[in-house]
Amino acid sequence: MAKTAVQEFTKGLWAEIPPFRLVLGLCPTLAVTKTVENGIGMGVATTFVLICSNILISLLRNVIPKRVRIACFIVVIATFVTVVELVMQAFAYPLFLKLGIFIPLIVVNCIVLGRAEAFAAKNGVVASLADGLGIGVGFTLSLTALAIVREVLGNGTFYNIPVFGPSFEPFSFMVQAPGAFVCLGLMLCLMNIMGRK
Amino acid sequence: MREMLKLFIAVVVFSCLSGGVLAAIQNFTKERIEYQQLKFVKGPAIKSIMEGCSNDPLSDRLKIADKDKEMQVFIGEFDGRRNTVAFETFGKGFGGAMGVIVGVNLENDEIVGVGVTTHSETPGVGSKAKTDPEFTAQFKGLSLLDPFKVKADGGEIDALSGATISSRGVCGAVVEAGEIYKRLKPQLLEKIKQKQG
Repeated sequence: MAKTAVQEFTKGLWAEIPPFRLVLGLCPTLAVTKTVENGIGMGVATTFVLICSNILISLLRNVIPKRVRIACFIVVIATFVTVVELVMQAFAYPLFLKLGIFIPLIVVNCIVLGRAEAFAAKNGVVASLADGLGIGVGFTLSLTALAIVREVLGNGTFYNIPVFGPSFEPFSFMVQAPGAFVCLGLMLCLMNIMGRK
Repeated sequence: MREMLKLFIAVVVFSCLSGGVLAAIQNFTKERIEYQQLKFVKGPAIKSIMEGCSNDPLSDRLKIADKDKEMQVFIGEFDGRRNTVAFETFGKGFGGAMGVIVGVNLENDEIVGVGVTTHSETPGVGSKAKTDPEFTAQFKGLSLLDPFKVKADGGEIDALSGATISSRGVCGAVVEAGEIYKRLKPQLLEKIKQKQG
């Protein structure tokens, strides 16, 4: 409990960065990282849900009966996810079209429920906020990193802007599903090598 | 027993609060979402089909009942005459249903344009049905009352290379549009006349 809010925040960026260190939340990680835009959009949506659900669950942690806590957490999370879904449809419709089913699926993203159960239910509001923000930013960074590799190689663009000349033949394997697995595997490998020392 | 009741009340209260919040947000974003859907899903296809029209087909639309479904029909005005209509039908592609908007001239039953709206075809292969204007341009000028087939099936439409099933899906949707058109044409003419008068 001696950790400060800053420490709670920074652990999400490296030591517990979700897809790479905890190997959690792989479904959106693999599915939406075709382009940088999608990766960032998904990351921001998840971060919003994480922060809001962490804060609310932390506030209510003494009210929620222990035996039905998971049901209550899911209701809270599902509410925020639906809010994100509606707001995204109203104000960022093209992004919503690209992310599609993966926005409602944030409900079952184990990162969000995992943080609620493992952290927010036991810690104060400020710490939970920092934790949600840290994990969320870490998740966004991971998705963006993966998306940069896939979009640049697979599509020859970065954030929809061409980076190579017209002679570049896109390596379209990278933007398809198998490319996601290969790319994620290589990144996990890299993270493990760097984390070994 | 009292313990059970407490758990029950907790979950019910949570769900009710969540429902209330979501209803409010849904209400607030409803109209915007509807407009965004029209603008981004059907808008681009309709605009390219109705190129050069002097009205806004997105707002100049009418609803018409076809069997048990309600069709949205968009009207285009050319040379001062509201003689072109466009509506959406669905064909079966490689990855699921493909939405196709077909524009047709009411005076000579000629197709003025075809555009794909929603699809889940393979990126870079079947998705060309939407992005390659040369493919959909083949329908232009043909009579909507004729049957359409890809060349592999003995028809006259050049399939996209490597995407025969997607091309077949588009043909199927256009054929479907022809059938709907045959059924609805008298009603359409009537309604447009009424709207004008």
